Amino acid sequence: MSNNIHPIASLLAAVARGISGVQVQWAGCEPDERQRIYFANHSSHLDFVVLWSALPSEIRAKTRPIAAKDYWDETPLRRYVTKNVFRAVLLERGAMAKAKNPEEAHFAGRHLIEEMAAALGTENSLILFPEGTRGTGEKIGPFRSGLYHLALRRPDVELVPAYLENLNRILPKGEVLPVPMLSLLTFGKPLQVEADEEKDSFLERAREAVASLRRIGNG
Amino acid sequence: MLEAIRDAELVWLYGGVLFLLIVSTLIGRILKSRHKTDSSRTTIDNLNARIRAWWKMCAIFAIAILIGRVGSLILFGIISFLAMREYMTLVPTRRGDHRTLFWSFFVIMPLQYYLIGIQWYGFFAIMIPALAFVFIPTSIAIAGDTEHFLERAAKIQFGIMVCAYCLSHAPALLLLKIPGFEGRDARLLLYLVIVDQMSDVLQYVWGKLIGKRKIAWRVSPNKTWEGFVGGVISATALGTALWWATPFTPLQSAGMSFTICILGFAGGLVMSAIKRDIGIKDFGVVIEGHGGILDRMDSLCFAAPIFFHLVRYYFVR
Repeated sequence: MSNNIHPIASLLAAVARGISGVQVQWAGCEPDERQRIYFANHSSHLDFVVLWSALPSEIRAKTRPIAAKDYWDETPLRRYVTKNVFRAVLLERGAMAKAKNPEEAHFAGRHLIEEMAAALGTENSLILFPEGTRGTGEKIGPFRSGLYHLALRRPDVELVPAYLENLNRILPKGEVLPVPMLSLLTFGKPLQVEADEEKDSFLERAREAVASLRRIGNG
Repeated sequence: MLEAIRDAELVWLYGGVLFLLIVSTLIGRILKSRHKTDSSRTTIDNLNARIRAWWKMCAIFAIAILIGRVGSLILFGIISFLAMREYMTLVPTRRGDHRTLFWSFFVIMPLQYYLIGIQWYGFFAIMIPALAFVFIPTSIAIAGDTEHFLERAAKIQFGIMVCAYCLSHAPALLLLKIPGFEGRDARLLLYLVIVDQMSDVLQYVWGKLIGKRKIAWRVSPNKTWEGFVGGVISATALGTALWWATPFTPLQSAGMSFTICILGFAGGLVMSAIKRDIGIKDFGVVIEGHGGILDRMDSLCFAAPIFFHLVRYYFVR
């Protein structure tokens, strides 16, 4: 797969930056070409594009989003935008819930992790929204376990938390037209799965890491 | 464009502004080399940052006015947009306001400037106070969320009034047809902006030099009676001295300048009170680095419509 950025992707990134007037702060780390998984809160369709547009272009070319297959594979336009324009990794949401027995669920889960690991390859980075769905923007929902399993599968990849602020007011769930308010994006300090750390405690810690980056109303 | 350059008095105005900018830059340089203590350093750095911003602002204004009516309309349209963007970001709105806000940004505000462009005074004057006034609460009500309904409707109304309606009266000066002053109306816009901004600047300078007694320390700790009186008197004097560029006599020019200064002060005070009310210390991070367009334009918001109507009432026809 080529590492060139699709011209439509650059255009959409510029539009998203313009609409969201986003102010980016690298609070816990610096932009780096090393392999990373950026994980953030999710409240708007703009989230991914804004986060992606905030990365320097050489990093952008190697950074792919994880998107829900059931939504983004539904119409030809969505498919084109996710697959061709942004080279998204489309994953079956709820594949584990649909499984008939625990074995099948385990298999489905493994399969998702392998797909993400394959997408990382040797030089790519990923953008992931561990809540799995868009929220109202008021608080962050519980994280799905994919982040934990992927982190164990690829311990060499850095996990970078990020907080997207005010985008729920710019383009909330269920709206098509944006309101051009201003927004903030903060990148935090990379974290790792500690030795013997349980799944739930890691996921809670990761969620806290994202929530702590909130700048408005956080004192 | 060439028309503007052929206008000798407009060139004089530009020259005067350029002269002021050069003098203030020199003063800033001299102050910087003289004062070495930390506390005076911050004040002087702040002053120099302001001077750099004035250069940029003046350059943008000069170019827009040179382009003519369309240039001024586009410039003020952008200023209105940026100001309203800051305002709506800071004001708490709810999910149910989304479509109303979309209409405000992309229909009501552009329509206001379009009406100036096609010189339809009658509609321009009532579109926001009459039509938008009815439209906004209706559209919020249709969205169905009644929590804090009146508050939300009022806050959006106020934002559109200040950022779109009031500010648009500055470029609307270009559609006034003053007998014996045809084709030279760009000077009126420049006059308004110069007196208004100089009043801001001079109040700040006088306040720094001799300011002691606070006017409303709870609202704006930087505003003092000494700064206010000194700033208004000196900016009024400056405006009076610019009478030759306007259709006014020196005495009329003094009255106009004085009105602009007082209203500029009122606008600044009201916007400060709004910021205190919203609790800008939390939300300030959002507009930090975006220049704070609203902060620069707050004095113009109140001065522009009153100046427009004074000129229209006394000098048109």
